[in-house]
Amino acid sequence: MAAITETRETIDRLAESGYQYGFETAIDMDFAPKGLNEDIVRLISAKKQEPEWLLEWRLKAYRAWLTMADPAWARIVHPRIDYQDLHYYAAPRAPAPKSLDEVDPALLEMYEKLGIPLNERASLAGVAVDAVFDSVSVATTFRDSLAKVGVIFCSISEAVREHPELVRKYLGSVVPAGDNYYAALNSAVFSDGSFVYIPQGVRCPMELSTYFRINARNTGQFERTLIIAEAGASVSYLEGCTAPMRDENQLHAAVVELVAHDEASIKYSTVQNWYPGDADGKGGIYNFVTKRGACRGAKSKISWTQVETGSAITWKYPSCILQGEGSSGSFYSVALTNHRQQADTGTKMIHLAPNTTSTIVSKGISAGHSNNTYRGLVRIMPKARHARNFTQCDSLLIGDQCGAHTVPYIECRNQSAKVEHEATTSKIADDQLFYCRSRGLSEEDSVGLLVNGFCREVLKELPMEFAVEAQKLLAVSLEGSVG
Amino acid sequence: MSELDFLDRIDLASVSEHPHRLAALDAFRAAGFPTRRDEAWHFTDLKARMRDFDWAQKGDQAVLALPDLSWAGVVLRDGIWDAASSRPAPFMSRLVRDEVVRAGSTALVALNAALGQDGVEMVLRDGEEGGTVMMVAQAGASAQPITPRYRVVLGAQATLTIIEVAQGSGAYVHDPVWDITLGPGARLDHYRLQDESVQSVHIATVFVAMGEAAHYNGFTLAVGASLARSEFHVALNGARGDVHLNAAQLLTGRQHGDVTTVIAHKAPLGASRQTVKSVIDGAARGVFQGRIEVDRIAQKTDGYQMNQALLLSPEAEIDSKPELEIFADDVKCSHGATIGALDPEQIFYLRSRGIAEADARALLIRAFLTEALEPIGESMARPLFEAAIEGWWRRAAL
Repeated sequence: MAAITETRETIDRLAESGYQYGFETAIDMDFAPKGLNEDIVRLISAKKQEPEWLLEWRLKAYRAWLTMADPAWARIVHPRIDYQDLHYYAAPRAPAPKSLDEVDPALLEMYEKLGIPLNERASLAGVAVDAVFDSVSVATTFRDSLAKVGVIFCSISEAVREHPELVRKYLGSVVPAGDNYYAALNSAVFSDGSFVYIPQGVRCPMELSTYFRINARNTGQFERTLIIAEAGASVSYLEGCTAPMRDENQLHAAVVELVAHDEASIKYSTVQNWYPGDADGKGGIYNFVTKRGACRGAKSKISWTQVETGSAITWKYPSCILQGEGSSGSFYSVALTNHRQQADTGTKMIHLAPNTTSTIVSKGISAGHSNNTYRGLVRIMPKARHARNFTQCDSLLIGDQCGAHTVPYIECRNQSAKVEHEATTSKIADDQLFYCRSRGLSEEDSVGLLVNGFCREVLKELPMEFAVEAQKLLAVSLEGSVG
Repeated sequence: MSELDFLDRIDLASVSEHPHRLAALDAFRAAGFPTRRDEAWHFTDLKARMRDFDWAQKGDQAVLALPDLSWAGVVLRDGIWDAASSRPAPFMSRLVRDEVVRAGSTALVALNAALGQDGVEMVLRDGEEGGTVMMVAQAGASAQPITPRYRVVLGAQATLTIIEVAQGSGAYVHDPVWDITLGPGARLDHYRLQDESVQSVHIATVFVAMGEAAHYNGFTLAVGASLARSEFHVALNGARGDVHLNAAQLLTGRQHGDVTTVIAHKAPLGASRQTVKSVIDGAARGVFQGRIEVDRIAQKTDGYQMNQALLLSPEAEIDSKPELEIFADDVKCSHGATIGALDPEQIFYLRSRGIAEADARALLIRAFLTEALEPIGESMARPLFEAAIEGWWRRAAL
C-alpha cells in the first residue's frame, strides 16, 4: 500500500529531523549527592524547611518503598533502574524569586523558546502558569487575581508553609504514601509541584496551567500535584511538558491527587511530549506516573484528558474513585507511540456509590517498532446501584513492526449496573484513503486527516489552548501532514 | 491442611514406572495450584478452593443415568475406561499415557500428565468422515484428581463431531486435557457439556492446533461444579483457519465459573469468532478471560469476540478481561463486553401479554443464550443441551 509506505517514509524523515524541543539550558544546579537513603530524605525535607509531620510522612513512605518491588505486570521492557545512581534533589541556586524581574534570564529565555506565556503575554492568553523548572517552582503569575476570588494556586512547598492544614488534610488521602512502588518513591522524595485549592462555590476564573520540563542530567523529577475543589467549585487544569534531548534514560515518577467535593468539577488535561529517545530507542524519559482523583461529594465530576506522544516508556493510569452518589468520572486519551517507544496506559474507574457513571474513550496509535497497550479497570462495587460505564478503545496500526494491545479488566458486583465495553483494532482503511485521494488530497495529507479524525473524540475534550498544541504534537510525532 | 495433601495418597511406585510422569509430578509440585497472583488466573483462586476441598464427600454413581448413547462412544468412570458401557467407534482406542510436560505448561496440565490414568485416542485418516461420537466422563468415587487425556488427530479434510459430557456426584476434582490436531481442511465440531456435581472442581484444558483451512467449531455449556474452568488454547498455524468458539455458563448458589480462551493467529487470513454468555444468579461468580493474539505474519486476520453477562441477583458477580494482542497492521479485530440485568421493560412487555413473571424471565434468559448456542445448530446434540439448560432452570428456581 503506497500511502502506508509514504507514511512510513514521512515518519522516518521526521525521525531524522529530530526533536525540536531538544536543547539544554546551562544553569548552576545545587545537587544532593547521588543515591537514596534516609539522610537524603531528611536533606530534601530540611532544604525545603518542612514541618516534622511531613518529614515523618516521607520517611514512612521511604520505608514502605524499601519493602516493595517494582511492578512487573505492565507490557514494558527496560533495563533495571539503579535508584542509587540518581540525584534526588536539584534546584536553581538563587533563592526563589519574588517577581518575574528576579527570574534568571537564561531560564526566561528557555521558556521563551518553548513559547510559554509566562510574562505579559500570559495575560492575553488568559492562562496562569506555575512553571516548574526541575524541582522548585520559580515563578507564578496571576496569583493576585486568583487570590481575589480565594483560589490558592502555588507550589506545593509554598502550600506546606502557608496552608499546612490543607496540605496535611489532603496529601496522600487519594494516593496513600505506600500505594505502589513509584508512588511510594515519589512520596519519599517529592521535590515540588503544584497546589490548587478552589473554595466553595467558586468557578476558577481562568484555566490553570503548569508547564514543566526536566533539565539537568541524572535528576529524576518527582512532581507532586494536589488539587482540591470544595463544594460547588470548578477548575480546569492544564499540564504540558517538553524535555531537552539527552542520551541517558531519565526517570520521572509523579503523583497527582484530585479531590472533588459535592457538585465540584475538576478537569485535568495533559499534553505529554517528553523526549521519546532516538529512532533506535536510545535515551528518552521513563514516565511512571500515578494519577488519581477522588469524587468524594455527591454529583462531583472528574475528567482526565491526555495526549501522550512523548517518553520512551509511559506507565500511567489516571483513575477515578467514585465515592459520592451520582458522581462521574471520565477518561479521554490519545496515546501515540513511534520508533521504540512503549506505552502502557489506561485508567481505573472504581464505582463505590449509587448512580455513578464513567466514560472511557481511548485511542492508541502505534507506528515504527513501538508497542502501545491500553490497560484499564472498571470495577462496580456492590453498593453502586445503577452504576453505568461505557468504554471504547480503538487502536490504529501504522506499519507491520509495531504492536497494539488492549487489556481491559471488568469487575461487576451489582446487578443493576450497566457496563459496556468495545474495542477495535485496524489500520487506516483503504476506502477512506481512496476517498480523500480522489478529492485531490496528497496521500500524506489524507493519512494526516484520517489520524486526526481517529483522535477527534478525544481532542475535542481538550481546552482550546491545548487542542492546538496537541495537534502539533501529533504532527511532530507522526508526520508533517497532521494538523 | 494443605491443598497438596492428596499427593500423599498417590501410588508413587506406579508413577515412577513412567519416566515422564515423575518429571511432570515435580513440575506440578513446583508450580502448585494457581492463585490470583498468576495473571492467567486473575479472577479464580484455585489454591484457596483446594485448601478446603473435602475429598471425603462421597457420591453415588449408580444414580447417574448415562446420556443416550445412540452414537458410538466411550465412557470413562473416574478416569478409567469402562468397557461394559462403551461402544467405541473403530477409530477410538485407549491412549497410552506418558506425556512429556513442556516448559510453560500449566500446573493443571502437569498434574494431568503426572497422574496418568486412561485416555482416549481418536485418529482419522485423510478424508475420513468420523460422524458423531460421545465422550462421557463420569466421576464420584475418587480420592485423587481424575485426569483423563484425549488425543484427537484429524487428517486432511477429515470430519468429526464429538459430544463430550462430564458428570458425576459427590466431591471430586476433574482435570481433563484435550490435545487436538486438525490437518488441512479438517473440521471438528466439539460440543461440551459440563454438568458436574455441585461439590466438584472441574478444570478442563483444550489445546487445538489447526492446519491450513481447518475448522474448529466449539461450544461449551457449563452448568455444574463448585468451581469450574474451561481453558482453550487454539493456534491457527495454517492460513485461512476458521475458529468458532462459543460458551455459555449458567451459575447459581455459590458456584464459580471461569471461561478462558486464547486464540493465537499465527498465519494469514484466519478468522475467529467467539460469543461467551454468562447467566449468574444467587451469590455465584462468573469469569471470562479471552485473548486474541495476532502474530506479525498473520495479516488479514478477522477476529471477533463478544462476551455478555446477565446478573440475576444482587449478590451475583461477573469479572471479565477481554484482551487483544496485535502485531500485524492489516487486520480487523474487535471485542465487546456488556453486563447488565434483565430489562424490566421487556419483562413488562411480556407480562402485559399475559405471560407469568417467571416464564417471562425464563423466556428472556433463553433468548439471551441463543446466540451462544449457534455452533450446535440443529444437530442431534441439541436436545441434550436444551435439557441441561432446563435442568439448571429448575435448580435455580427462577
